[in-house]
Amino acid sequence: MKKPLEHNLPLPPMFRDWFAARGWAPRAHQLALLAQARAGKSVLLVAPTGAGKTLAGFLPPLVELAGAQEPSRRGLHTLYISPLKALAVDVQRNLELPLAEMRLPIRVETRTGDTSASKRQRQRRDPPDILLTTPEQLALLLASADAFHLFAALKRVVLDELHAVVTSKRGDLLSLGLARLRAIAPGMTMVGLSATVRDPDELRRWLVGQTPGKSPAPMAALVTAPPGAPAEISMLDTRERLPWAGHGGAHAINEIYERIKTARMSLVFVNTRAQAEAVFQQLWHVNEDSLAIALHHGSLDAGQRRRVEAAMVAGKLKAVVCTSTLDLGIDWGDVDLVINVGAPKGASRLTQRIGRANHRLDESSRALLVPANRFEVLECRAAIDAAMAGAQDTPPARSGGLDVLCQHILGMACAAPVDADRLYAEAVSAEPYARLTRADFDDALSFAANGGYALQSYDRFAKIKRRQDGLWRIANPKAAQAYRMNVGTIIESDMLKVRLVRGGGGAGKPGAGGGAGPLYYPAKLAGGAAPSAYTGRVSRGGRVLGEIEEYFLEMLSPGDTFLFGGEILALAGIVENEAHVSRAKSDAPKVPSYAGGKFPLSTYLAERVRKLIASPGSWKDLPEQVADWLALQAEKSMLPPAGKLLVETFPRGGKFFLVAYPFEGRLAHQTLGMLLTRRMERMGLKPQGFVASEYALAVWSLADAGTRAAKGLFTMAELFNEDMLGDDLEEWLEESALMKRTFRNCAIISGLIERRFPGKEKTGRQVTISTDLIYDVLRRHEPGHILLRAAREDAMTGLLDLARLADMLARARGKIVHKNLERISPLAVPVMLEIGREPVYGEAQDVILAEAAGTLVEEAMGG
Amino acid sequence: MAAEAEPLTNPPLGTLTVAGASLLADPSGALFFESDGLLFVADLHLEKGSAYARRRVFLPPYDTAATLARLAIVIERRAPRAVIALGDSFHDAGAGERMRESDRETLRALQKGRDWIWIAGNHDPAPPQGVGGQAMAELRVGVLVLRHQPAAGACPGEIAGHLHPAARVRSVSGTLRRRCFVSDGARCVMPAFGAFAGGLNFLDEAFAPLFGGTAVTAHVLGRSRVFPVADTRCLRD
Repeated sequence: MKKPLEHNLPLPPMFRDWFAARGWAPRAHQLALLAQARAGKSVLLVAPTGAGKTLAGFLPPLVELAGAQEPSRRGLHTLYISPLKALAVDVQRNLELPLAEMRLPIRVETRTGDTSASKRQRQRRDPPDILLTTPEQLALLLASADAFHLFAALKRVVLDELHAVVTSKRGDLLSLGLARLRAIAPGMTMVGLSATVRDPDELRRWLVGQTPGKSPAPMAALVTAPPGAPAEISMLDTRERLPWAGHGGAHAINEIYERIKTARMSLVFVNTRAQAEAVFQQLWHVNEDSLAIALHHGSLDAGQRRRVEAAMVAGKLKAVVCTSTLDLGIDWGDVDLVINVGAPKGASRLTQRIGRANHRLDESSRALLVPANRFEVLECRAAIDAAMAGAQDTPPARSGGLDVLCQHILGMACAAPVDADRLYAEAVSAEPYARLTRADFDDALSFAANGGYALQSYDRFAKIKRRQDGLWRIANPKAAQAYRMNVGTIIESDMLKVRLVRGGGGAGKPGAGGGAGPLYYPAKLAGGAAPSAYTGRVSRGGRVLGEIEEYFLEMLSPGDTFLFGGEILALAGIVENEAHVSRAKSDAPKVPSYAGGKFPLSTYLAERVRKLIASPGSWKDLPEQVADWLALQAEKSMLPPAGKLLVETFPRGGKFFLVAYPFEGRLAHQTLGMLLTRRMERMGLKPQGFVASEYALAVWSLADAGTRAAKGLFTMAELFNEDMLGDDLEEWLEESALMKRTFRNCAIISGLIERRFPGKEKTGRQVTISTDLIYDVLRRHEPGHILLRAAREDAMTGLLDLARLADMLARARGKIVHKNLERISPLAVPVMLEIGREPVYGEAQDVILAEAAGTLVEEAMGG
Repeated sequence: MAAEAEPLTNPPLGTLTVAGASLLADPSGALFFESDGLLFVADLHLEKGSAYARRRVFLPPYDTAATLARLAIVIERRAPRAVIALGDSFHDAGAGERMRESDRETLRALQKGRDWIWIAGNHDPAPPQGVGGQAMAELRVGVLVLRHQPAAGACPGEIAGHLHPAARVRSVSGTLRRRCFVSDGARCVMPAFGAFAGGLNFLDEAFAPLFGGTAVTAHVLGRSRVFPVADTRCLRD
């Protein structure tokens, strides 16, 4: 361990002794942070996993509190905020030891959604020294009249996993809450803890109050920990044939299993719940050694997840198949191997996942990447190169959402009468809102009051009203109650509870019967005889297995089978907000899970993949199968040239295909597909549908676009012209389901629609009025309304990824290379294979009806 | 996308037969009884937005204008002799006083030169003051009976609203949920016409007493026309 280099105030002897007694030495960055913090500065600590980040963050408050005179009357000293309540609980556990060993009379408590009402009451009256909580709980505390008293003596806020929080609307809400905290306790300073990010200055600005127009913008001090030992990352060079498409990694399951066997404990990361289910299922098919392999994803029942976590910490598991639910910084025990199945999507994301292995800085983390198809091989290769080079591609800072601002304004009115000028000044001191105009703020205020419609017809029903003293006051206590019940910005996709209603007795299938449910399958079930503990019949009204996205269930009909919680279940029906299921007897689920990734491919990685493809000299690091495939592409068509957009056309099966390779991620490609098909329709090319992957887009049509373009009847430049982002886009947004979903989230966050009201929680299907209908009416009658603006902004980066599409179209201007081929090209195969697997898009609503109606006629004529 | 090209059914699309009477199902959700020049619409739910606003849920205050604008289009297209609104035309008893003057004017203009009948609904047992038209509990026109709430059991010739039917349809190209007319040839339940009126899947139990197990067709509202889809081709929610 290096000697501490810079610190003005030495670590108090009590702490030095404690470190020494544990055989540790304080690290340089821990001391540097302490020095900065004790000098009254806000600090950002950027450190890799395992660098003692959390301890570093707590050293300043612990040192200060250890030296404090009056333990009883000092009030709340430090607020710790983490995005995961599990992290708050974990931190409390980790603080117990030093506090006990140093005999420090410091009270540390958690406050989360699980904290009892009586304890919350007591915490307001008699706060601990250090309160560990979440962004939503902070918003709730700040929306109460006690806030001014509770936070008056606050000295410090510690923000954990800052890199993760700031990229979301939760970050927006938190930034506004912190602005209020700065107003209540002007002397308070921040400590931000972050993984390595692309641009630390963004976070440094985020941590301190901004003054619009001030240049340079104020920033927190920066402390950077040295990087840990470089990770050993390898890519599985499979013995099997590499699939052309798909995301499951089934071909490599035996090889994954072998690696699990040789490691102490492995985390197997996948990108979606559905993939987690599939990989888990396949691992159990090959689990000859009855290894303790468990499953962990966000849809599983919380109790089940807690049991898996506890078993990990206790070292009882050999492997856990998980999604991003285990991405964040909880120490889950002795993980020595991280296996990432599928595409890593981003270099920083990969680095953070790898950091889950080996929480010790000086030892290398070991990671194995398992690409599930050929394009993913390229992506894995690019990600490994990027990780080795220490490149970062965390998403850029966001500007604060207007819907979140609407929610915040109402919360502030719940706490105390609001002076609009002061609240505006406070809001723009938060970095995400530093560029907020007064006009937008006033619109948000007016929205919070009465919906903010141009037609001022709801004044008399207002939630908040401006009184004669010029202050805005809450007009009805029920409005405050509704705010408290709906606080927060996390909109899960509408989830339905999955309830097991019948014991199925699927022969030979292990099941999760009985009360608690198993952590993992107990054993490979020889001869189909399941141990009795796991075959408990569950009666009607049986237990809840977890929750599942409503949109997934919408694809199913009663009787369809699907994978959930490691079992094959059959849908019996949907009753209110529950999906009733039974165990299925079948061996393979009928409905293949939607296996696409949740995260878009980062622009940075996409660029690296493009370069990799365009430079055959670098293919030596690729598996032979993949290099051969690319070489064949060069021969049959051409490699997508660097800096240009390759478009191929070819006939197949009586249809004509147009395949483009923008490498901009599925979301941007879907939007592009919608707009392209509209334009092709107008050009008389009779497009019929399209399918988008992370790398490419395939459109099929009845007319031969390739030959027409080759004859010069139209140009690809015309087809891909940026002006599609004008009227075509507007027309499409009118009816886009993705846009409507985006709008719905804004409507909920802003408080237009209530998710919960006293005594009842609603699910999406029970929300009494469809936000789609609201969207239609609002677009037509008040297109400039603040909620439509908020949704539009989200669409730029969210589900429609318009910003990325716009960049791509601009870059492609004058640089489109068209290849008119006689048959499908090697590079086109993967995306062509997605047809039929992926939802097909197109403004095909009347087509769907016509097809369904056509079948009726067939039935009628034939029958 | 390519649907416009070829006709898909034998009977002209959008025709719906109720107890022998031939009706034209309009993609707006209205039903036109051409031989008598009557236009039927159900469940307008005017002023639903302002009814929610009273509970501090500030839905856009444009639903009445939006609903009347759609109604104006179909009235212009069909030029009916009379319009018959099958109940729940107004979302609640206070709807009349909350309705904006400009919307009242629109309504008056639509009523000009034709008869207008407000059938009583559970939301509006009586129409508000000053909205013109004539109030009735129900109306018989030849074989047809027009009322708000469908009667339980067989009821040939009945055309009703109240249930807000919608259908979920799946084909090889995808799934979508739309408002629909539901008919077994003997009776018909109309879709809600109001801009903020939700939909209930017609495979829901609430419809069971009406059709007693006979084959039912959902006449689903497309963009440009109405598509008949067999109930066997429709999905539950």
